[in-house]
Amino acid sequence: MTEIFRMNEAQPRLLDEMRQGVVGKPLSRPEGPKKVTGTARYAAEDLPDGCVHGVLVRATISRGRVTGLDREAIRDMPGLIDVITDARLLRNPAQGMAGVAPCQPNGEVFYHGQPIALVVAESLETARDAAHRLPVHYEEIAFETDPEAAQDREDKDPETAGHFDATFAASSVTIDARYRTDAQAAAAMEPHAAIAQWSGETVLLRGSLQMLRFNRDELADSLGIDPERVRILSPFIGGGFGSKLGIGPEAVAAAIASEKIGRPVRVVMSRQTVFDTVLRRSETLQRVRLGADGDGRLRAISHDDLVSNLPGESFAEPVSQASQFLYGADGLSFSQTLARVSRTPSGSVRAPGEAVGMLALESAMDELAEKLGLCPVELRLRNIPETHPMTGQAYSVRRLADCLRTGAEQFGWARRGAPGAQVEGDWRIGMGVASAARKSALVQSAARVRLLGDRAVVETDMTDIGTGSYAILGQIAGEMLGLPVEKVDVRLGDTSFPGASGSGGSFGANSAGSAVFLAAKKIRAELAAQLGCAPGELALQDGIARGGNIERALTDLVSSEIVHEAEIAAGDTSKSHLSSGFGAHFAEVAVNVWTGEVRVRRMLGVMAMGRILNEKTSRSQALGGMIWGIGSALTEALEHDPRTGHIVTRDLANYHVPSHADVPGDMSVVFLEERDDMANPIQTKGIGELGISGAGAAVLNAIAHATGARVRDFPALPDRVIRAIEMAGV
Amino acid sequence: MRPFDYERATSLHDASERMSDAAAIIAGGTNLLDLMKIQVMTPSRLVDISRLDGLDRIDDHDGGLRIGALVTNTALATDPRVRAGWPVLSRAILAGASAQIRNKATTGGNLLQRTRCPYFYDTAMACNKRAPGTGCSAQGGSGRMLALLGTSEDCLAAHPSDMAVALAVLGASVEITAPSGELRTLPVTQLYTLPGNRPDIETDLKQGEIITAVVLPAPRPGTAQTYRKVRDRASYAFALVSVAAVVLMDGDTIAEASLAFGGIAPRPWTDGSVNALLAGAEASDESFARAAAQLVPDSAPHPETEFKRPLLRRTLIATLREATGLAGRVDTARSL
Ligand SMILES: Cc1cc2nc3c(=O)[nH]c(=O)nc-3n(C[C@H](O)[C@H](O)[C@H](O)COP(=O)(O)OP(=O)(O)OC[C@H]3O[C@@H](n4cnc5c(N)ncnc54)[C@H](O)[C@@H]3O)c2cc1C
Repeated sequence: MTEIFRMNEAQPRLLDEMRQGVVGKPLSRPEGPKKVTGTARYAAEDLPDGCVHGVLVRATISRGRVTGLDREAIRDMPGLIDVITDARLLRNPAQGMAGVAPCQPNGEVFYHGQPIALVVAESLETARDAAHRLPVHYEEIAFETDPEAAQDREDKDPETAGHFDATFAASSVTIDARYRTDAQAAAAMEPHAAIAQWSGETVLLRGSLQMLRFNRDELADSLGIDPERVRILSPFIGGGFGSKLGIGPEAVAAAIASEKIGRPVRVVMSRQTVFDTVLRRSETLQRVRLGADGDGRLRAISHDDLVSNLPGESFAEPVSQASQFLYGADGLSFSQTLARVSRTPSGSVRAPGEAVGMLALESAMDELAEKLGLCPVELRLRNIPETHPMTGQAYSVRRLADCLRTGAEQFGWARRGAPGAQVEGDWRIGMGVASAARKSALVQSAARVRLLGDRAVVETDMTDIGTGSYAILGQIAGEMLGLPVEKVDVRLGDTSFPGASGSGGSFGANSAGSAVFLAAKKIRAELAAQLGCAPGELALQDGIARGGNIERALTDLVSSEIVHEAEIAAGDTSKSHLSSGFGAHFAEVAVNVWTGEVRVRRMLGVMAMGRILNEKTSRSQALGGMIWGIGSALTEALEHDPRTGHIVTRDLANYHVPSHADVPGDMSVVFLEERDDMANPIQTKGIGELGISGAGAAVLNAIAHATGARVRDFPALPDRVIRAIEMAGV
Repeated sequence: MRPFDYERATSLHDASERMSDAAAIIAGGTNLLDLMKIQVMTPSRLVDISRLDGLDRIDDHDGGLRIGALVTNTALATDPRVRAGWPVLSRAILAGASAQIRNKATTGGNLLQRTRCPYFYDTAMACNKRAPGTGCSAQGGSGRMLALLGTSEDCLAAHPSDMAVALAVLGASVEITAPSGELRTLPVTQLYTLPGNRPDIETDLKQGEIITAVVLPAPRPGTAQTYRKVRDRASYAFALVSVAAVVLMDGDTIAEASLAFGGIAPRPWTDGSVNALLAGAEASDESFARAAAQLVPDSAPHPETEFKRPLLRRTLIATLREATGLAGRVDTARSL
């Protein structure tokens, strides 16, 4: 067992002292060429000999139980192998970091679209056809699909500081506004897929999963076997965005079928099945109340929300997460109601909480600025608190004010005129701003680093969901060991490697990166000892070690290999300090006053999110987040059938992620230099989710500025913009 | 997906011979194959006409054009003659689908693409169009993509083609070849039938009939042409509402106007009385509002298409403002 390093105090900025100079550089992803030449093998692509195909059968009632499957009706289909029902099949994917099996409904149906059986056949086409033809008998019971009408609801105790009611009442200017956000889908390009293959007592699962250490336990628990008997491979993942955090119905069904049939089984969800059964982002109803003094100092902040999930799911979209620490006030109150409805269950989708909560909070801040007659940038600057208003924690490092100021200057904010004043034919032009915040975390993570002369190998079960894990872990190891990145072979996505945080909650780089850093640091200590110098005197660069007036090639110094493992976990600093990325988004839009169409003309995100490990992959993450912000503001909405609750927009033609034409050519990202000493030994913060947090609000605020009309139902689809324009009478 | 036979037709006649209730013609396959994978369409035989000679040409014809049924959407939209003489057609095609799909999609296939009603697409849902007599689950369901005009109790589906809307405004006709080899032509607007109590019947085509060409009449010189499509994202989405306009101005007066509408009906929608109202009218927001009032129904057949009433009205006005040059004038642009 390696000893766990706990982050109990600030650590020296060792990476800044290294000589190789690869950390931070805009290096391309090492696996990129494989991905664009089709040689990166994704979960469904490595078909073992004799592999057969499974297709999940979908429930077509919203609540009740399966009373029978008419297997006879399809028995004679050529190539059909089996129809599998099993008490261990999953109702839906596990929530992130569950580590145990999610609900196994054993014939009970909780939502329309729930997987209830697996049809296995020699070909995918036959399996699909059979799944489609299989008659299913049900017993239905009453259900509710509308979160706002649901009787079955849990009111969480409000989280408060000071006295909201009193301070709100005493405020000279107040805002009390309700906002709605439609449900969203992660819409990863690669559908959820698994191939299961048993050999003796152990099962090998090729899957598309984000958090293997947890997924292994979840799969074992689902199957009722020991985790030692499960190995998962997930070297490449075609996007996850939270939708692949937990083990899913496809993986468990494949494992069960493969054991029963005695052949490898592949289960690939159709695009429609992905929409039906993969955890979505809950729709929200939000109420934000803000009270301020005449000079724009906040006295009261309250953010209440209603979200939904299936019975039994613990997850509730943490809508007000950022509202609790972004601005300060004397009285604060945050409450949540969780409605239990028969809809596809909800879970973590990129930046759970901030992605939708900040749409409302930052819209309300804009409405307040308008009412106060104050510049929206200035209002935000005036309300940056000294310490965490709810917990009293210190902020580790926070450059929110710098981001706002830099952004305002670079975007040309000073040119912003009166609302509705800039006219180009039938189009109105406006600018909007929003703050960005996304909590950062450190999750227990282990890694092994091998130094083999002038090359190194990194091994961890960390995943790369398209974000750049391969790149940054190679950069960290290369930096610490004095090797160019080409000499570092990063091996990920295999549960036989040391268990890492996985990719989720923007903590992958912080956590897995720190584990690699610590393992490499141990190797450095050993090299220093061999050279006879103190670790601090050791300099490594391009395969040469220098220290104590000695200079030797690593190939001489390392006879066979030096191997070290390290493990890190959060410690005291996570209690004493709040670590969060901060930033500011700026958007300029054109709104057609007749048709309600909105076009984003340019966007700027200024972000301070700790040490940037790779300038290129970080920028891509930030841009990707901002583009989803455009989606949240303008295009992305899951539609649920009002009667059955099922998702009607079940494919990528009808669920509208932003197209190229929705994204302006002029999209820029500026990183402000930062080191978070309290976060982890590599001084990073989460990167993957800050870009989306607040971005949509900048677009929505720009719409309000362009037209003088405020949309409060998001996304701002053309008809919603028209309604706002007609209501405002502009 | 159901098993099916794939047959490559050697001639038009051969293709017609191979047709039956259980057979389907495949051209670009961009709509048909999607529907086959989800088993909304389950032909047991595919008759591939995509390699037949001569159907992929655009020929000059009576001052207009004869467009072969296999001309791809990309080839048609980028043809210099089309861009010069019938720009509304280019614009409409380019407002649809994506470049990759347009490269494969054909003129005939585009006209005959099926509705995007989500209930038609979901075999777990009742749909009179897909399975006659089962009912219409769009009634009482989710309705954003449904029609506003021309619907029936039994079907609320809208026709999704953008190209067809432009063809309708241009007065184009469809050339149809019968199994006997006989040709007939129909105005595009008459190709489609309204759903009534038989939403499964969508066109006037008889079994074995193949669309072989679309004929465009001579261009109208001096007209302003525009296609305006409002949708839930800037590109690659079906129309909520679209308006095709061909307008001839005489000073500040509209000499002639021809309009067609998409996203709102089971076929590209035209309304002669709207065109008549505009002819001779002054180009002003008031005239446009009158035209809109003539077109837009007093109520929507489904509560969730209610929004299409104001949207249609406003898009019609916006399109006419653009076609007549009014939109460019900032002084009038402020009044709604
Ligand atoms: C994601 C997506 C988005 C899209 N967005 C749009 C959009 O915004 N606007 C739009 O207008 N379209 C859109 N489309 C639809 C696209 O335009 C059609 O799929 C395409 O035009 C069909 O042409 P095809 O040649 O591929 O037809 P096929 O799929 O080959 O055939 C379609 C139908 O026509 C029949 N058929 C084909 N040719 C003939 C013929 N010559 N005679 C008789 N019958 C024939 C076939 O039997 C079949 O029933 C979209 C499609 C997709 C997949």
